[in-house]
Amino acid sequence: MQIVDALRQRLERLGAGVTSHVWRLGFASRFLAYLVVHSGTALRRFRLTIAEIYFAGVLSLIIILVSGLFVGMVLALQGYDTLQRFGASESLGVLVALSLVRELGPVVAGLLFASRAGSAITAEIGLMKATEQLSAMEMMAVDPVARVVAPRFWGGVISMPLLAALFSAMGIFGGYLVGVQLIGVDAGAFWSQMQAAVDLRNDIVNGIIKSIVFGIAVTWIAVFEGYDAPPTAEGVSRATTRTVVTSSLAILALDFVLTALMFTGGGHGQ
Amino acid sequence: MQQSPIVEIGNVSFGYDPARPVLRDINLEIARGSVVGIMGQSGCGKTTLLRIIMGAHLPSGGTARVLGEVTGRLDREGLYRMRRKMGMLFQFGALFTDMSVYENVAFPLREHAELPDDLLRDLVLLKLQAVGLRGAARLMPTELSGGMARRVALARSIALDPQLILYDEPFTGLDPISFGVIVRLIRELNDSLGATSIIVTHDVQEALGVVDYVYFMAAGRVIAQGTPAEIRSSAEPFVNQFVNGKSEGPVPFHYAAPDYGADLDLAAA
Repeated sequence: MQIVDALRQRLERLGAGVTSHVWRLGFASRFLAYLVVHSGTALRRFRLTIAEIYFAGVLSLIIILVSGLFVGMVLALQGYDTLQRFGASESLGVLVALSLVRELGPVVAGLLFASRAGSAITAEIGLMKATEQLSAMEMMAVDPVARVVAPRFWGGVISMPLLAALFSAMGIFGGYLVGVQLIGVDAGAFWSQMQAAVDLRNDIVNGIIKSIVFGIAVTWIAVFEGYDAPPTAEGVSRATTRTVVTSSLAILALDFVLTALMFTGGGHGQ
Repeated sequence: MQQSPIVEIGNVSFGYDPARPVLRDINLEIARGSVVGIMGQSGCGKTTLLRIIMGAHLPSGGTARVLGEVTGRLDREGLYRMRRKMGMLFQFGALFTDMSVYENVAFPLREHAELPDDLLRDLVLLKLQAVGLRGAARLMPTELSGGMARRVALARSIALDPQLILYDEPFTGLDPISFGVIVRLIRELNDSLGATSIIVTHDVQEALGVVDYVYFMAAGRVIAQGTPAEIRSSAEPFVNQFVNGKSEGPVPFHYAAPDYGADLDLAAA
């Protein structure tokens, strides 16, 4: 009997856990819908959104550019080592560009964005809640979702694709530095093969779509976690951690789904 | 003709959890132009009552009529319309930390009125002058003392010339000078704006000096009411304990606990 009881308790706990997660997902979805519907202020007074683009985007520039440069440089080193075994070292530019534009640009920029800007957004909104700044707005008949959350959401959604593009550009430049300047791959071959192989619709646009989706996911998670955080020091710190963990997992999972949809079945690149 | 009360709470009950009501059958009326105190121990339900008055919670029983509107019948727009006529001072000010003092006071004006910049500036400086902090307009909230932050928050809450000003524990953590300043401001602003003020506090002695009328709460009920003089001389044991700060009385020193000896296992020894 004890085993049956223990099993039942575990099942109950599992059920409760699943129900609470589904409930929270539903709550987050309704929050997103409300946020989008109440985005009038953020779009009409675009100055508010521009300030958030500065915080989420411009202030993330250094980490994005430096990381992009190093990722590109490593890609070139590793890529050259493998390609030259097959006598294809001239294709180094293609390898670097495709890896960055299709995958590493959106994904790594997304992960960096989640830890740099996402966590900051969650902490800021959570602390505003903990110090009653959001309640004060409610009392002044100002909707905090429209005034505080929506500009941050749109600021993040606009910043993310731009950051991913800059990450890829910087990575390609890093690949050029190492591949052409350091190792000595022919510059003409590096650029011309890249130009011939990278397709606007299939590679660049798909990469941009990915970065937009990641931007929406990360910023949505960040603003929701901040708004939903228990108004205590511990609550805000946990919410900030959850933002980074959940958005990183979301980026990787979404990347798999998007890659499966974009790059299979069409025969491109095969 | 006597004016109708600005706040009428009729048989209001409320609980976050229906099994454990926080407010039970509360009745109170707040006359226009007065400064009214709602006092009681921490956890007696006074802040919840304040949240009912501002429409942040809706009563689960009874009606709350504020500024002529029954809060339960208002939609979000209606609630916001009502709140534009109210000002609220939060316990620790709740200033926006990313904005200067000037921008904090300008915030409600910018959100609700499209004013030319020079008029906005005059209004903000007028409000800051009223709380004595015109010279601090360019400072950030982190550069202010606790008392100054609360005065800035007060200037912000009166920016739209409210008819009703709510104070949530306005005296907590203030030094005697700041305290004196806040007491003076509550009275002066109330009278000069022709507003009505409600102060929720457990700092009884301090508050009794400024209010016209007091509602005393315990365990979710109003247990006494009257003018400050009536409250000071109240025979109600709880009010007496509270006003005089006695450690023993209807509120025991010890939190409910099992028998001390049994807890220490003395019986077994």
